Amino acid sequence: MHYTVCKELNSVILSVSSQINFVCLISRQGKVRLTKWYSTYSQKERSKAIRELSGVILSRGPKLCNFVDWKGHKVVYKRYASLYFCICIDEEDNELEALEVIHHFVEILDRYFGSVCELDLIFNFHKAYYILDELLIAGELQESSKRTIAKLISAQDNLVEVAKEEASSLSNIIAQATK
Amino acid sequence: MDSLFQRSLDDIIKGLRHQQAGESAFVSKVLEEVRREIKSTDSHTKSTALQKLTYLHSICFVDMSWAAFHAIECISYPNFTHKKVGYLAISQSFQESTPVILLISNQLRKDLKSNVEVEVSLALECLSRIGNLDLCRDLTPEVFTLMASSRIPVRKKAIGVVLRLFGKYPDAVRVCFKRLVESLESSDSPPIVSAVIGVFCELASKDPKAYLPLAPEFYKILVDSRNNWVLIKVLKIFTKLAPLEPRLAKKIVEPICELMSKTGAKSLMFECIRTILTSLAEHESAVKLAAGRINELLIDEDPNLRYLGLHALAIVAPKHIWAVLENKEFVIKSLSDPDPNIKLESLRLVMEMVSESNVVEICRVLVNYATKSEPEFCNVILGSILSTCSNNVYEIIVDFDWYVSLLGEMSRIQHCQKGEEIENQLIDIGMRVQDVRPELVRVGRDLLMDPALLGNPFLHRILSAAAWLCGEYVEFIRNPVELMESLLQPRTSLLPPSVRAVYLESAFKALVFCLHSYLKSAHGENGEASGTTLIQENHITPDSVLHLLNLIDMAVGPLSGSYDVEIQERARNILGFTELIKPVLSDSLHPQDERHKQQVEASKMVRLLHDTFSDELGPVSMSAQGRVPVPDGLVLHENLADLEAVCGSSLPASSATISFEGSHNVEGATSIFISDQKEESEPSSESTSLLAEHRKRHGLYYLPSEKNTEHHEANNDYPPANELKSGVTVSNDAQDLAKLAEQSFLPKRKSKQVKARPVVVKLDEGDVLPISSKIPQAKDDSLSEAVRDVLLGNKAAADSVIRKKGKEKLNAKEQEDDLDHMDSQSGTVQNPVKERSKRSSRKQNADEGDHGGDKGKQKRRHRHGKHRTREGVQNPPANVISQTPVPDLLL
Repeated sequence: MHYTVCKELNSVILSVSSQINFVCLISRQGKVRLTKWYSTYSQKERSKAIRELSGVILSRGPKLCNFVDWKGHKVVYKRYASLYFCICIDEEDNELEALEVIHHFVEILDRYFGSVCELDLIFNFHKAYYILDELLIAGELQESSKRTIAKLISAQDNLVEVAKEEASSLSNIIAQATK
Repeated sequence: MDSLFQRSLDDIIKGLRHQQAGESAFVSKVLEEVRREIKSTDSHTKSTALQKLTYLHSICFVDMSWAAFHAIECISYPNFTHKKVGYLAISQSFQESTPVILLISNQLRKDLKSNVEVEVSLALECLSRIGNLDLCRDLTPEVFTLMASSRIPVRKKAIGVVLRLFGKYPDAVRVCFKRLVESLESSDSPPIVSAVIGVFCELASKDPKAYLPLAPEFYKILVDSRNNWVLIKVLKIFTKLAPLEPRLAKKIVEPICELMSKTGAKSLMFECIRTILTSLAEHESAVKLAAGRINELLIDEDPNLRYLGLHALAIVAPKHIWAVLENKEFVIKSLSDPDPNIKLESLRLVMEMVSESNVVEICRVLVNYATKSEPEFCNVILGSILSTCSNNVYEIIVDFDWYVSLLGEMSRIQHCQKGEEIENQLIDIGMRVQDVRPELVRVGRDLLMDPALLGNPFLHRILSAAAWLCGEYVEFIRNPVELMESLLQPRTSLLPPSVRAVYLESAFKALVFCLHSYLKSAHGENGEASGTTLIQENHITPDSVLHLLNLIDMAVGPLSGSYDVEIQERARNILGFTELIKPVLSDSLHPQDERHKQQVEASKMVRLLHDTFSDELGPVSMSAQGRVPVPDGLVLHENLADLEAVCGSSLPASSATISFEGSHNVEGATSIFISDQKEESEPSSESTSLLAEHRKRHGLYYLPSEKNTEHHEANNDYPPANELKSGVTVSNDAQDLAKLAEQSFLPKRKSKQVKARPVVVKLDEGDVLPISSKIPQAKDDSLSEAVRDVLLGNKAAADSVIRKKGKEKLNAKEQEDDLDHMDSQSGTVQNPVKERSKRSSRKQNADEGDHGGDKGKQKRRHRHGKHRTREGVQNPPANVISQTPVPDLLL
């Protein structure tokens, strides 16, 4: 009987959406620095969305509010130095909270890179992703403590170091070469 | 060894930065390299290649679906660096439909069970991004285990992933839901609570009803938590729950108000405001408090807060318009804010304030404002005026003469692009409001007279409406000759064919009208009393008739060879008619003794046409077609399909509007079809077929004539159209706007109406396009069903999955103990002793009938210990699952 129940339920495709649909970082020149998609978008939709959004956001003056209506969603953005941090949320989500998420992210990046600049994010793009992953999961904020995130990231970094050392150790190279 | 010569990610990034123009060439070169390198058996080479590809994918949006299998290979490498690269690639590029996605299942399971915390984290994050039905089903047990992990970061990520599991695989609810609810209570670790609340917030936004039984837990968090992130989420949950249960609303209103006045965080404060305005709007005092906070937002320096303040006002406007009126000055001032978002929001609020008594003033102000705005905002303003005024069949319009002339004025605004909407409204009003027709015709004539307007393509639709109105209601025209001249002026060649066809048809009607009144006046000398058209007759002299006929020869003649069939056909109709009428008329134009006989013949012809044209046209209900029963043996769809094959796309969608003569007797449906056919096939009466054609074109506007006459009789003594009030001074400044608003935005004070509102013809039903107001069927029915099952009854399934120890029996008495315990726990309960005892006795009865089903759940609840304030407090018997119970604690 349990099996039939399962089958019935499975026949309906569901959509529980997340609070944040996507996060992107765009430079003042319109270059994309980071994109992370929590809702489903095809690659075509992604590049179109970014193109449209950067057009809208970059053209807005400095003293305007930080919210843009976009296709039934809201995009909250904030400019830090030469970078625009954008978060796309749903209609009924809290815009100020999204701004705080952005600020939170920037602070964590700042702490990790030591006064972060655009170049840091360009050359460490994967690290920016891992930091973002510690901050958000499934489009929800998962960690509000900066210190905890810093700790988790440094644990990851240590692991990477160890792995690198292992890989470059002499015995490993020999093993690789003789394989 | 390829790895020695392989370019690193840094090289690519640097290379990309140094490319000025040939970026795409560089990218394709790198892609070529990547395609080669990624096939390498060396794990380092492969993962570096994958990393470069991921970079290009997320920055330059290149396709990497072809590398899906390589990414899966990378996550299976033991080296953490490589694994990490693989996971990043997968979570960036995989879609649910990626073909190899199922190959990942085993590796994910392995990593979820790993002892290394970061590996587990990577796997969880990946699952939360790409999990589809199969993955979620396969990995639910692992996630369930991790939800109880002793490592906080892992546990909280596992909880976050639950959202994805539930979304893709609702059966996961039966496994994980209990543990999820338990996590709500882990007050010792705030990150966990934060994660759980996030999940519940999303779940509750889809189907709030199912989560009502958890209200006590949420309430506890609302009162106890100090974490703003968590509080915002809890408030969002209550926003959904409160409307379902008024007693719950009463309970939470106080803590929320306290939170709102205490907190320093604007985000939390705004969430409090929003919760109160959306879900607690019946609590007057709370709304007052919230309004006070909104005022603070409005005067803030930060444009974000000003915008949100206006946004909050927009939420409250439908229920408490006073809150908006309090801030009307600010609202109007914001119309000139540099930020377009703020402008839009304030425009929305201004429209909210519109009422019967101030619509004239507000529209005047807005139109003035629109003329000064940039094109885009100008049209937004015009659009909102149009939609507000036409709302619910022009509900707020009393003075239609004013409104019609406003429409005319709006058409002349430089940037106006609302042609279609204005066209529809002009014709709609003409159909519905008989008394306004003279003014409509006057406005239409003014538009037609102006040759400059013909050059503006945005106005063509409006001109089409104006031409149609002037033709249809030509009896109100003061000078039909002048109208003819403007309808046939040379610059009409700028019009698109469809509009030009309307012009010609109107010219035809006007011509017939002129001739008719001319002949009638000639008759009048012979003793017949001339009718209503006293004024017009003054203009129709033999000379002017001659002039008209010449004009038609000159202007319409060339059109008989037009390439557009509509124009050609209509032009020929007119020309044919004039050819017919000229010989019989020419004698009457030159007074002779024997003219009489000829004239009678001429007037007979003209009268025939005139009568056809003066048939009253009215709107047709949208559902009229549906009310016509299909006769036996007539297969509508088949016929139409044939028609399409024959005519191709050149046929307009005329099948949607069927025209039928005079009566709309439903019983006589068959006869209608027959009479319709007959009418069209009659070759002799050219005019009738013209009319039929016309009806086909404007079928939307036809109304059964009986209805119309009924209204008209009741309203014969309507005063004549009055001129635009010139008293309203045109003010240009926002300050003036504010001043004006002082007078006009007073709460709906009934102004003394100079005259009664004219009758607006409304059809009983189907007048307006049926808006699909169907409440969206909860798409995730199965999810909510599963949740409800777990929360309320049917525990058997859940328990079969997770069978735990602790099998103490529980009887009704113990249950009451539980209740008492809870009440003493929360001091604020209003002690509904009576109700409670009543309920528990009812409960007992229910239990007797449904003992087996309840047993499992009771067991389960007991396991949590005495301090549980759980959904089980008051279970309905299993057969009334649809009724959501409300926990006593809150009531």
